[in-house]
Amino acid sequence: MKDLKIDTEDNLHAEAWAKSTARNKLPKHVPPDHPSQYGNFSLPRNQQNWVDPSVPDHTLRPQEPYEGFNQPSENQSNHPHNPSSVQDIGLQMNDIIEINKILDWDPRTMLSNLSFLKQKIHQLQDLVDLIVGRRSPTMGRPDELVTQQQQLITADLTSIIVQLISTAGSLLPSVKNSLSAAGPSIPAEQLGQLGGVILNTSSSVNAAALPLSSDGGTKVIADQPNPVDPTSHLVIEHLDEHESKDEEDVEDGENLPPGSYEILQLEKEEILAPHTHFCTICGKGFKRDANLRMHMRGHGDEYKTPAALAKPHKDTGSEPVLIKRYSCPYVGCKRNKDHKKFQPLKTILCVKNHYKRTHCDKRYTCSRCNTKKFSVIADLKTHEKHCGKDKWLCSCGTTFSRKDKLFGHITLFQGHTPAIPLDEAKGQAGPSTQGETNEESHKLGNMNFGFASDGEVQDLMEDVKGMVDEPSGYYSPLTFDSSNFGGFNEFPRPSFDDPEGAFSFLIPGSCNYTRKSGGESTSTNNLS
Amino acid sequence: MKKQKISDDDNNNPFDAISHEIVFLILDHLLPHSLDVKSFSLVCKSFYSIESLHRRHLRPLRTHHLPSVLSRYPNLSRLDLSLCPRVPDSTLHVLSSSPSLSPSLRSIDLSRSRFFTPSGLSSLALRCSNLVDVDVSNATDMRDAGAAALAQAKNLERLRMARCKMVTDIGIGCVAVGCRKLKELVLKWCLGVGDLGVGLVAVKCRDLRTLDVSYLPISNKCVPSIVKLPYLEDLFLEGCYCIDDDGLAALKDGCNSLKTLDISSCQSISPVGIPSIGSGYASLKRLNLSHGIPVTFALVTGLKKLSMLQTLKLDGCMVTISGLKALGDCCASLTEISLSKCAGVTDEGLSYLVTKHGQLKKLDLTCCRKITEVSIAHITRSCTALASLRMESCTLVPKEAFVLIGGRCAYLEELDLTDNEIDDEGLEYISRCTRIKVLKLGICLNITDRGLSCIGASCPELIELDLYRSAGVTDAGISSIARGCPNLEMINVAYCNDITDTSLTSLSKCLSLNTLECRGCPLVTSVGISAIAGSCRQLTKLDIKKCGNMDDSAMIPLAHYSQNLRQINLSYTSVTDVGLLSLASVSCLQSMTILHLKGLTASGLAAALLACGGLTKVKLQMSFRSMLPHPLLNHLEGRGCTFHWRNKVFQVELDPKCWKIQLEDNNTLQ
Repeated sequence: MKDLKIDTEDNLHAEAWAKSTARNKLPKHVPPDHPSQYGNFSLPRNQQNWVDPSVPDHTLRPQEPYEGFNQPSENQSNHPHNPSSVQDIGLQMNDIIEINKILDWDPRTMLSNLSFLKQKIHQLQDLVDLIVGRRSPTMGRPDELVTQQQQLITADLTSIIVQLISTAGSLLPSVKNSLSAAGPSIPAEQLGQLGGVILNTSSSVNAAALPLSSDGGTKVIADQPNPVDPTSHLVIEHLDEHESKDEEDVEDGENLPPGSYEILQLEKEEILAPHTHFCTICGKGFKRDANLRMHMRGHGDEYKTPAALAKPHKDTGSEPVLIKRYSCPYVGCKRNKDHKKFQPLKTILCVKNHYKRTHCDKRYTCSRCNTKKFSVIADLKTHEKHCGKDKWLCSCGTTFSRKDKLFGHITLFQGHTPAIPLDEAKGQAGPSTQGETNEESHKLGNMNFGFASDGEVQDLMEDVKGMVDEPSGYYSPLTFDSSNFGGFNEFPRPSFDDPEGAFSFLIPGSCNYTRKSGGESTSTNNLS
Repeated sequence: MKKQKISDDDNNNPFDAISHEIVFLILDHLLPHSLDVKSFSLVCKSFYSIESLHRRHLRPLRTHHLPSVLSRYPNLSRLDLSLCPRVPDSTLHVLSSSPSLSPSLRSIDLSRSRFFTPSGLSSLALRCSNLVDVDVSNATDMRDAGAAALAQAKNLERLRMARCKMVTDIGIGCVAVGCRKLKELVLKWCLGVGDLGVGLVAVKCRDLRTLDVSYLPISNKCVPSIVKLPYLEDLFLEGCYCIDDDGLAALKDGCNSLKTLDISSCQSISPVGIPSIGSGYASLKRLNLSHGIPVTFALVTGLKKLSMLQTLKLDGCMVTISGLKALGDCCASLTEISLSKCAGVTDEGLSYLVTKHGQLKKLDLTCCRKITEVSIAHITRSCTALASLRMESCTLVPKEAFVLIGGRCAYLEELDLTDNEIDDEGLEYISRCTRIKVLKLGICLNITDRGLSCIGASCPELIELDLYRSAGVTDAGISSIARGCPNLEMINVAYCNDITDTSLTSLSKCLSLNTLECRGCPLVTSVGISAIAGSCRQLTKLDIKKCGNMDDSAMIPLAHYSQNLRQINLSYTSVTDVGLLSLASVSCLQSMTILHLKGLTASGLAAALLACGGLTKVKLQMSFRSMLPHPLLNHLEGRGCTFHWRNKVFQVELDPKCWKIQLEDNNTLQ
């Protein structure tokens, strides 16, 4: 148990690191209260140097320390160059109790991960020892060699931190909900984000080469000569994931670095529930907690105290509040955290509206036109304000308020054609051919191409999007090592059948596939 | 096709030995609408059936008999209804439900027809699955529903919709989506169509070769999508006043296949935009810059890279000397230049231009009033291959210059000398151009019978002769033309006061004559017209306005013999109700102008109008409007006839010389 404790300490330590890296990467987001906490690392510049293959020290790196894989050692001594992060650990010690609680839920996976981490930390410790031992003969060397050595350690630490944070993902209080429901796993997206952030500075240098050559990636990132080390592959995976993340960030207006916010995911039932706050006494539901508290006053005097009426959890502790972002529970949706191009939703209201609009039936029909359907009542009301003013009509039934929008729609979709309003066709008919013309225009009006309503069109659009977003569409099948995936399937894995089980690739032995190739989501799709 | 059995009986017809295929090949050499084919079919039953099987094109006069006609001609592929003013939906339903026609019909012309609605077009488009060519030009009351009905013809390759003013972007959008195979689309004057419609056409119809969007209210916005058409060859942007230099600049980015570009009358295009044409289209062959920017040195240097350019039209442009000289130095491949009504064309510039372009085939100098014999000397010296020279109203060119034209340009086929100083000596030299087909000598007051007889003696290929107001011409001249030019199809002797029946009698020897205009020839009587009617069976257009001696007796032979007469002008003649009514037997008569007929009564007119079933256009005195019963007018309009009511006062004709003096006075006053 002591071991575990120490490991989790490390875990936290790593989290602090992750933060620091994120800040280094995006200086704009550095909170002013910790301006120089990790300044001595100055990661971006140094790591750039480090990944340069021409640096001579790269090849001079000693091999010996890896013999002592299983040597037990003090964890604290692993980080002689980072006293400030050690302080951080002290600050966050009080969370350990909570961690233990979480660990109770996921003993097996966590254990395997931690033992794996232990190995790695020992490895690193030996390396540092070696460097310390060699310091005296290399005294005469220029300072840059020293910094290079520092960078070596930084890299190793980085890879460890990735896993630590992955393991520590379950510690985050926000994930508790989903964990309790979905089983003992950590949201893969979050994991990926953290890993990605940490390694971003190094990977960005030859990012272009990374997805193509996994070998190069191994060298650069893991900085470990041991080729069978599964962690190096893990790191590559994170890199891949991170890259797509980066692209998405560029697109997204909100340029939050992944990992700088926590992701919450409400369950479908929660989203669709009309009320989110229920009275524990009478069961009445409320949309707002404040209203519930007002209601509670009726249940007795004990609820009338200012303390009971006050907003709970208002105390702002010393630790900064993480920005919250939301994920859609619908698997495969772009707003779902497992999606390759995940775009988080900003508020709970966004989640609700998104889920209803995209994944629910459109139950509300416009009483004026009887064609437009909506799943969010506010949308219906907005539409009803303008209904009847949309005079530009497509053969698919979609109406537009502007002609250029209609033509843009027609340009986009094969087979859609502008529809002639009924009254015009009627007005044109001569008296003798009235009947025929009416019939004709009726036919024109109903000329559909398989889309009876706009809802279906939207569905189609969703489908199209889905296809585009399908990761396998981005990668050629040649880069997809299917035999490894066979192994992936065979590996016994208790937590894998839950949709968020991407965490499972941390399990040793399952990571021996060489390329990422969007394998994560594919395998998840196959298995779930 | 089955071969005809050789007859073994006593009925030994040599034609039976000839297979159908051979007869078809012979028939292929006859013009589809000529009377020869008709005559052939009337020879015997077997010829009749051969002709029925052979006919591919049909241009019926009436739609009433279409069902029987369709059963007679099973192999029709093109149906030209341009002579049928009324084509209601029922006709189109008959066409599209005909089991023989609907699969074979490929082309239909409804450009002169009205009264069809979207319903008829729809049945046509749906049932005639092989329809590739539809002309619905001038369907001014057709709306989007009509266009949408046409859009159901999926295989359409050629669609002409000129002047369909009520069609909007929506209708064109339907066509763009429905007819994906379109290769030629004419939207000229479809004023309801804008950027969105044209843009969608360009996006959806990728096979377009020809696109005519003249006079549309389109702007630069739709140009980028037009540019992306991979096969576009001919682009007509005439009068698109919203397209400016930026639009042209966008045009140059694509359209490598473009061969024709028409940006005439585009008022927003400035000289700044022209270099983008020059740099953009290496393959351009025809360029029309008429009625636009001034042709200056800078402009022409912008066109230097157009090495393939063959035709350049600069009509109505302001032209500078340096511009013309620069034009001489570039575009070496030019074979056709049009400088019609260009201000600023002088001897200096034009001489330089023509000496550099010796290979010119066509030159249009209409109303280049500043040029003199210097230009003509240079033209005739260098452009010896000239086939067409138009120099109407080049008034400074002296009569000696025409000697040069006749002496040096032996290959001339078309020569327009209207309103020039040419005299008999000039005509004598012109007669050396033995290939001449079209000769216009209107308002040439110096020519007489002597010159004309030279033409008649040595220009046997003459087809068209215009002697409008050339008052020096008399019967002798016309007779020599009639003798020497058997192929004459059109002759205009209007206001040649001395022309008598003798001329018409001699012209009756020209059997292919189809147009005769002898306005204001007071000496011509019904005798002459009778002679023409009796022998010129091809006569389609007759103008005997102001022939005061023309009376009903001229109408009887016309009605009897001229069964191809389409258009007649009887104003200011002595024709009465009887004559007019007798014309009703000319079944294809379409247009009648009957102003100031003294002997015409309202009831006679009503009877005549009612009897002439094919009338499409009648010009009448305004006074008749109130005298004719309204139901009758409605009925006639329902048949497809349009009335043009005129309120002209009676004019006494002037002497030709007075007329010209008056004209010149007017010019100087202006």
